[in-house]
Amino acid sequence: MRQAPDTAVEQARCRYVLRLADTSLVLGQRLGEWLGHAPALEEDLALANLSLDLIGQARLLLTYAGELEGRGRDEDALAFLRDAPEFLNLTLAEQPNGDFGHTIVRQWLIDAWQLEIYGALEHSADTRLAAIAAKALRETRYHYRFSSGWLVRLGDGTPESHGRVQSALDALWRFTAELFTPDEVDEHMSRAAIAPALTGLAPHWSARIDEALRAATLTRPPTQAYPWHGKRGVHSEHLGHLLGEMQHLQRTYPGARW
Amino acid sequence: MSETDWPLFEVFIRSRAGLEHKHVGSLHAADARMAIEHARDVYTRRQEGVSLWVVRSADIVASDPGEADALFEPARDKVYRHPTFYAIPDEVKNL
Amino acid sequence: MYTQALDIHGKEPVPAAAGEAEAPAARFQARIDEDAKIEPKDWMPEAYRQTLIRQISQHAHSEIVGMLPEGNWITRAPSLKRKAVLIAKVQDEGGHGMYLYSAAETLGISRAEMLEQLLSGTAKYSSIFNYPTLTWADIGAIGWLVDGAAIMNQIPICRCSYGPYARAMVRICKEESFHQRQGFEIMLTLTQGTHAQRAMAQDALNRWWWPSLMMFGPSDADSRHTAQSMRWKIKRFSNDELRQKFIDITVPQAHFLGLTIPDNELHWDESTQHYRAGPIDWSEFHAVLKGNGPCNRERLEARRRAHEAGRWVREAAAAHAARQRGGAAPASQAGEPT
Repeated sequence: MRQAPDTAVEQARCRYVLRLADTSLVLGQRLGEWLGHAPALEEDLALANLSLDLIGQARLLLTYAGELEGRGRDEDALAFLRDAPEFLNLTLAEQPNGDFGHTIVRQWLIDAWQLEIYGALEHSADTRLAAIAAKALRETRYHYRFSSGWLVRLGDGTPESHGRVQSALDALWRFTAELFTPDEVDEHMSRAAIAPALTGLAPHWSARIDEALRAATLTRPPTQAYPWHGKRGVHSEHLGHLLGEMQHLQRTYPGARW
Repeated sequence: MSETDWPLFEVFIRSRAGLEHKHVGSLHAADARMAIEHARDVYTRRQEGVSLWVVRSADIVASDPGEADALFEPARDKVYRHPTFYAIPDEVKNL
Repeated sequence: MYTQALDIHGKEPVPAAAGEAEAPAARFQARIDEDAKIEPKDWMPEAYRQTLIRQISQHAHSEIVGMLPEGNWITRAPSLKRKAVLIAKVQDEGGHGMYLYSAAETLGISRAEMLEQLLSGTAKYSSIFNYPTLTWADIGAIGWLVDGAAIMNQIPICRCSYGPYARAMVRICKEESFHQRQGFEIMLTLTQGTHAQRAMAQDALNRWWWPSLMMFGPSDADSRHTAQSMRWKIKRFSNDELRQKFIDITVPQAHFLGLTIPDNELHWDESTQHYRAGPIDWSEFHAVLKGNGPCNRERLEARRRAHEAGRWVREAAAAHAARQRGGAAPASQAGEPT
């Protein structure tokens, strides 16, 4: 077992990996809620594939984070026994599914973000992270194809669908500032060449977003001031309920093997 | 197209380079791009393929089973199309 | 098993239309007798077509509705591995529904018509999915017992006379094999676990055993259409034969788990070399089939809500596609990621 991280960089690395893991886990959990309720059977299968990919990413990243942490916590201990303030996912990921349009907008925004992040992490000085990112990037390319395809169909579909996705976009846009606002964890990682500098990725993300919005005939909402801090463990009210449901069995039967 | 009438597409998968596409089933999709994605999501979860074709079912032209006799019977007696019809002495190589 | 309602449907198969000549019917039966496959454009008696449409669509509906009781535990699965496996299993069930709807569509009915029949309550689906999943152990019991029973029923249908149905079943059977194993593995983990987990497993078995036996349909004496379905090689074994096989296979598995089958009369019959089970309460079976089971209302409600809530989505996709096909300059697609 690795030693507990003693330097600032090592502690930052652990938190950084957890952030990626928790974002994938929480988003995968949200998508899992859709099974059996999607607009068409084919979409049930599509959303399930996305969910499986994200949970797979979460498992790899959580396992790595547990090793970096050095306290003997495996993927399940981290997923089922941490409380909300210890979760480091993007606040955007924990937002409720809403209607299909809401789910697609949330997915598309995060897919576009993951394309940048995993794309850069493929070249990380941390070879374990680079390998995970390479696999995740392939999955994310497909996710982006799926979510952006639907964004366009719904944005440029009927007046009703256009109205619904525009509303979803207006509601979720306020969570995007967090995507590219670096803090000291990000700075440690970029100085160590483990992770990309976030500010450098923002323009490419923004251009991709604008291209998709144009095709979808949607309007980019104005930037909003309120800073969300999910990646620092300060969440919206939604995460508590999501974890309550997800962690129920492990909490009720402590120590049991499943 | 009514809202429930996403057209039917037939799906063909080629499992490895060098083999042919095989028909595996059908699905509904609103457009061709969606049809490819649905085909990938439904029919390749167990690494069944490296290439997908989707074709609108309405575009498939099939032979009529009622004409099977006229279409396929005449080939039956043309055995001279098969190599085994020809008797070549064993000593002759490379034939 | 998904066809159980077929036997007590109460309706005779569609009678031969006036003018359906003897000769094609005889040739058709001859092909069946020599195990040839019937394909979509082949001539077939109308009753054969209708029987298959009913059987295949019921089977498809069962898969779709079956996503709900298991989907109920996806967000609460107790480990990430179990969560992933359960999502994959429920996804498979959706996929099986798709293969079967596909097969049924080759017979001249559309997916839209079949969905309408399901949502309006006119189509049947397997009664087993009208029971609630109350604990995590239910997920194990469903995989072990319900999928076990399904496999027993499905393997013979791989040799059914109708080509598209047989091929769909081959694909389904290949995928189904992990379903039962995951269920049994869950039960094994529970019975080897804490006292509370063992009790959870026993409780699940107590609630799922009898409904699983009922999945095989009414006893042969009460099955009306078995003979014709057997002649057409749509059905290969009788309900009682399959049910007995299931009991014989499953009882030793329960013993291995250290669980008790909730049947006081169950005993091994040395003379017949079979397990003899106690009587099935067919009134419960009929009540559930009529719509008075614990979850019939919820299951159909969930499917209707999903269908209604998704209407604007399906409409939007269709509208967008129509514009792409007929429009002037098609709107450029959102960029493929580089």
